[in-house]
Amino acid sequence: MADQLPNTPILDELEKGTWPSFVKEIKLAAKNSPMSRDLLGLLEQSYEEKIGHWKHGGIVGVMGYGGGVIGRYSDLPEKYPNVSHFHTIRINQPSGWFYTSEALRTLCDIWDKHGSGLTNMHGSTGDIVFLGCRTEALEPIFSELTEAGFDLGGSGSDVRTPSCCVGPARCEWACYDTLALTYDLTMHYQDELHRPAFPYKFKFKMSGCPNDCVASIARSDMSIIGIWRDDIQINHDEVTKYAEGGMNIQRDVVGNCPGKCMDWDGKELKIENSYCRHCMHCINVMTKALRPGKDRGACVLLGSKAPIVEGALLSSVLIPFWKPKPPYTDLKDMVERMHDVWCEEGKARERIGEFIQRVGLGNFLEECEIDIAPEMVAHPRENPYIFYEEYYEEDDGEEDEDGE
Amino acid sequence: MAERLTDIGPPHYEKFLPPIVKENYGKWLYHEVLKPGVMVHVSESGAKLFTIRAGSPRLISTEKIRNYADLAEKYCGGHLRFTSRHNVEFLLTDEKNIDPLIKDLADLGHPVGGIGNAISSIVHTQGWVHCHSAATDASGVVKAVMDDLNEYFTSTKLPGKLRIALACCLNMCGAVHCSDIAILGIHRRPPKVNHDTLRKMCEIPSVSASCPTAAIRPATVNGNPSVEVLEDRCMFCANCYTVCPSMPLNDPLNDGISIWIGGKVSNARHEPMFSKLAIPFIPNNPPRWPEVTTAIRNIVELWAANANKYERMGEWIERIGWPKFFKMSGIEFQKEHIDDFKHAGLTFKRSTHITF
Repeated sequence: MADQLPNTPILDELEKGTWPSFVKEIKLAAKNSPMSRDLLGLLEQSYEEKIGHWKHGGIVGVMGYGGGVIGRYSDLPEKYPNVSHFHTIRINQPSGWFYTSEALRTLCDIWDKHGSGLTNMHGSTGDIVFLGCRTEALEPIFSELTEAGFDLGGSGSDVRTPSCCVGPARCEWACYDTLALTYDLTMHYQDELHRPAFPYKFKFKMSGCPNDCVASIARSDMSIIGIWRDDIQINHDEVTKYAEGGMNIQRDVVGNCPGKCMDWDGKELKIENSYCRHCMHCINVMTKALRPGKDRGACVLLGSKAPIVEGALLSSVLIPFWKPKPPYTDLKDMVERMHDVWCEEGKARERIGEFIQRVGLGNFLEECEIDIAPEMVAHPRENPYIFYEEYYEEDDGEEDEDGE
Repeated sequence: MAERLTDIGPPHYEKFLPPIVKENYGKWLYHEVLKPGVMVHVSESGAKLFTIRAGSPRLISTEKIRNYADLAEKYCGGHLRFTSRHNVEFLLTDEKNIDPLIKDLADLGHPVGGIGNAISSIVHTQGWVHCHSAATDASGVVKAVMDDLNEYFTSTKLPGKLRIALACCLNMCGAVHCSDIAILGIHRRPPKVNHDTLRKMCEIPSVSASCPTAAIRPATVNGNPSVEVLEDRCMFCANCYTVCPSMPLNDPLNDGISIWIGGKVSNARHEPMFSKLAIPFIPNNPPRWPEVTTAIRNIVELWAANANKYERMGEWIERIGWPKFFKMSGIEFQKEHIDDFKHAGLTFKRSTHITF
């Protein structure tokens, strides 16, 4: 019987337990979707054999776009014909992942009509992910999505879908408007997002404070992390209440300060703000007593990535303090200069962080006309292998004596 | 025919913000965690916004999304949001709705938690559900680990935050490399070159250039151009397979899981750091990967019992030293733990700061 669920004794084991079960979700989708029924069969076989049954990629997409769809084909199409095509569609999420129930229902209607009924809310980069449809369904899905006001996200060597934390929408620590910047950059880079033209992917992630809830410092080529540069705001009455409430301020707050810039005498909390490293710990712990300062902006960092190809990188400081102001032209101009240099000189599959490792940060900054700053390094170089770019000839000195 | 819409971008987020968020945008004063998975944000205006965070398997059906929509309509004026770790969040203005919503979520099978000193949902990849290069499944391992650690999601009894992530191969779509605990699928067998398809499907110079250790050389095989793999140079990154489908590394006998610990992305206290290798290899043992869940529980409980308040996994191990961690955890220190890639020397112990 075609509408019967396949027999999946191994997967059924994963319906048990307290954590929500993805197997139950696939079975829910399988009530109405032959694709999800065949997915269950195929996945059961993977669990038996301890190996995946998906073929390597395939170039599929919607007309005029080079990204947003990941082609996927089963290597057992005769046995599981309904997942012979099982393409992924990435849909650009709204900033901060806020939705109305109406918008979600519209997305579900489109997907139930054309696809497997399975989704990821959300993918690692931030997109809404629709998992599993046939090639001929792509154009109708795209047309209905755009009609509903949604568009595809990035994939391949393009600007990937920018994403951000909840920001000022629901967080008192947001040092700039992460949602606004994310939306603005997403709209500005529509062409770069939909039509891959870079050596490799380029990700933006916006975090409102150094807690970095979207892991931008580890997961984005350009990490824009909120920070402030004046004094932490203190409410001394609330500090007193924390102390009276039993908080061990010396051990748990002062003792954890990486800048050793705090002092607690049992009555008053003092902060030497010029030594504050903006780590957020004290603010995290005493939410009612301490807040980031009022002169807020962002630190812009560059270059993080996962290991492939030359090893994992964390982003490093590019602009120690930036005041985001719409339409953010200063940032966009700088990014354009960086993209130009990277596109000109970068190798295939070389992320911008790896490119910088290869050509040298100093050279990269010079090419991109970005001023150097000591905040960019953990410490100056330890080796004496310096590429001095100029040297004197004997005659130079005589010219100097002539009054130069 | 209607004009084809392209490059319209996502809907503007303001369309989806609840009224209380619009009114208090940028005006939030402080927040407090009221109980596991529940927090309140208080605005300068005095307005209160209650957030209830529920775990999710990330792979969800449209039916479940409709269930979420129902709950949002019942309790939140039709508004909801998701988090960067796949949780769903309901934003309430009426405190009285908190417990009824938690009960409805429980009936739906979704635990509430993941805020504060707790484990949050595991960020993960597609695995055997949808990926060609997976060395392990993602959703199944995550389900097994979270079933085991659910008590730490629904409570705040851990010393600090615990962020677990899973990537089913080194491509790390789940960018796990800065997690308190990273579960990483790994291949251990060099690519089996399919010489028949390679010359039709791949460019030999690109395949050769794709290898970070120069283990792939152009070669003539059976009179045809192809490549050969210097197996002792292969560290199983599978970059060649990404570039060329004729270089598969997937292999049920040798694929499995490695465990990495002590990374973080937050700047709180210690600077962000990478996760380090704890366990080089655990074979795939579906459907519940008991060796993986046991190993992770061991590490979590060791940290929970010994770390100072707020101390993340990596901060704790840095304080006590890795030798002590290996001794306390009973994990054997093996050759694989010693780095031998670029800049490996920077990871050697270069002092006499040794504990006994």
